Amino acid sequence: MLDPRTKLEESKIADQFAGRGLNPLIEDPDGAVVTPMVESETSTDEQVMTINMGPHHPATHGVLRLVVSLKGEYVLDLKPVMGYVHTGIEKSCEQKSFWKAIPFVERMDYLSYFFQMQAYCGCIERMIGMEIPKRAEYLRIIHMELNRIHSHLVWLGTTALDLGAMSMFWYCFNVRDRILDLFEMSAGQRMHTRYFQVGGVAEDIPVGFTEKVKEFCRETPERVDQYEALLDRNEIFLQRTRDVGIVSRERLLELGVTGPLLRAAGEPWDLRKVTDYLPYGDFEFSVPVGTVGDNYDRYRVRVAEIRESIKIIEQAVEGLPEGPHIADDRKYVLPPRDELGTSMESLIHHFKLVTEGFRVPPGELYNPVEGPRGETGCFIVADGSAKPARVHFRDSSFINLQSLKDMCVGGLVADLIVNLAMLDPILGGIDR
Amino acid sequence: MPDAVGLELIAKEINAAHEGAVSETGHEYGSATLVIEAENNLEVLRWLEETPGQEYTFCSSVHGADYLPAEPRFAVHYELLNRDRVERIHVKALLGDPSAGTDDRWGDGPLPTLRSSVGIFPTAEFQEREIYDFFGIVFDGHPDLRRITMPEDYVGWPQRRDFPVGGEPVIFTNTERERAGWYE
Repeated sequence: MLDPRTKLEESKIADQFAGRGLNPLIEDPDGAVVTPMVESETSTDEQVMTINMGPHHPATHGVLRLVVSLKGEYVLDLKPVMGYVHTGIEKSCEQKSFWKAIPFVERMDYLSYFFQMQAYCGCIERMIGMEIPKRAEYLRIIHMELNRIHSHLVWLGTTALDLGAMSMFWYCFNVRDRILDLFEMSAGQRMHTRYFQVGGVAEDIPVGFTEKVKEFCRETPERVDQYEALLDRNEIFLQRTRDVGIVSRERLLELGVTGPLLRAAGEPWDLRKVTDYLPYGDFEFSVPVGTVGDNYDRYRVRVAEIRESIKIIEQAVEGLPEGPHIADDRKYVLPPRDELGTSMESLIHHFKLVTEGFRVPPGELYNPVEGPRGETGCFIVADGSAKPARVHFRDSSFINLQSLKDMCVGGLVADLIVNLAMLDPILGGIDR
Repeated sequence: MPDAVGLELIAKEINAAHEGAVSETGHEYGSATLVIEAENNLEVLRWLEETPGQEYTFCSSVHGADYLPAEPRFAVHYELLNRDRVERIHVKALLGDPSAGTDDRWGDGPLPTLRSSVGIFPTAEFQEREIYDFFGIVFDGHPDLRRITMPEDYVGWPQRRDFPVGGEPVIFTNTERERAGWYE
């Protein structure tokens, strides 16, 4: 019997799995074929067993199936199987005019809807060469950073739940609900708000919104302190996360992993700092990085990101410029409602935009933004008509999922659950 | 992204190393594009990754597209990134359709093929499977080329432009007499 805290040697794993694909029948080292359910002469420590984890299991954070090969308690191999919630959103977008596809794209990764809207609307804005007003940019930043906190809180609650910290779930969802209330106040919907438009945001914020956001920013850091106090001194939590699921920075970069997972491994890569898709340069915030790259670092980085997002929101609300909330280009933006009764021209623009939609000149563009799980990119091919010829989303959890095997192989099956939770996969985004 | 002059220099140097690899360059919307022939894809990607001074070592995204009336019909797009200089370059590998002109309704004729980039960018593994799944573009040398999102027994390549948008008939109580007979 091996010590459960040591990892299996990599060479042993390679011998065991040389040339084997996704096969429920496992060849054991002697060449005999054993099925997982058959009792074997060898002890259970020696026998290789392939099991399905999921698709219907709360610990998979969605409808994800993992075909896992186990030797005793150790994970020898792992293959994610996905597609259970594939809805063909990319194909459906091709049937809609550009502005009618916005509600589609925000339903892919259902916890980062503002980021996908920004990737999509920002891509169109770059293609038609449209500048958006400063106020709209700030409102976008406020909503995106609230969305990032929301996403990280859902992640923290469900991950702690996987580790047995039941109360964390309720605490996190309590604060998350306040963010949804804010979204409801400004956009009218709690999730999938369709708030971002090509040219700005759909409506200006209502009276009292900034006070509510300020109140939220004042109270939330204390809540985050309490969460940390619950988890950081919890012996079980520390033992389950420290030195578990380490993947080197170089390997993560090879696998295209971005976001908190990469930053936890010590790579300070954040698109908000290095590109200017929105004026993040106006705000002071830091990019938290980890040192070891284990699950504890991933937890620390995400919690630190909640604090940094609060800082950004505070500064954005404080410096929120006055002015229009949407660009004044009638070829692309709906005219204000009150003009429809008095201006024939506005009525024509309105009619053209609602029936046909605006046209985008032929071309193609990939537009990345920093989402809560990493780089969220939108690739659009326009053929000159009012409908996109292709909409593709680079979903960060889809790419990050490739690193799950590196995190888990050689480790314990119980750690697999933690690794998957720390990866923060959103299956709506993976399957699209 | 490299500026327009830098992009031309890159294209020229690649063409010097690999004759006729880059057929076109594009510089629009603040994005630099190298249009290449699909058979040269690995040489160009490796050149961009390894050449000192270029070092586009991070592959952000690989995706496919179908430009149906156009010829060549398909393209595989590589979005490469140099993280030190924060420069992106977009490589577009054009692919013809080998079963063009035939009555190939379900896409079971010969499929367009190019070499897999998984050896250079391991991140491409899932994304190339996705392109295969949706466009029927085969990646030679891919370690595990299966459908990834659609069911494994699915027939057809759903993201192609000539693939119809349809629905599966849903049986309601008022239509169960007309719809296919599960009750028979």
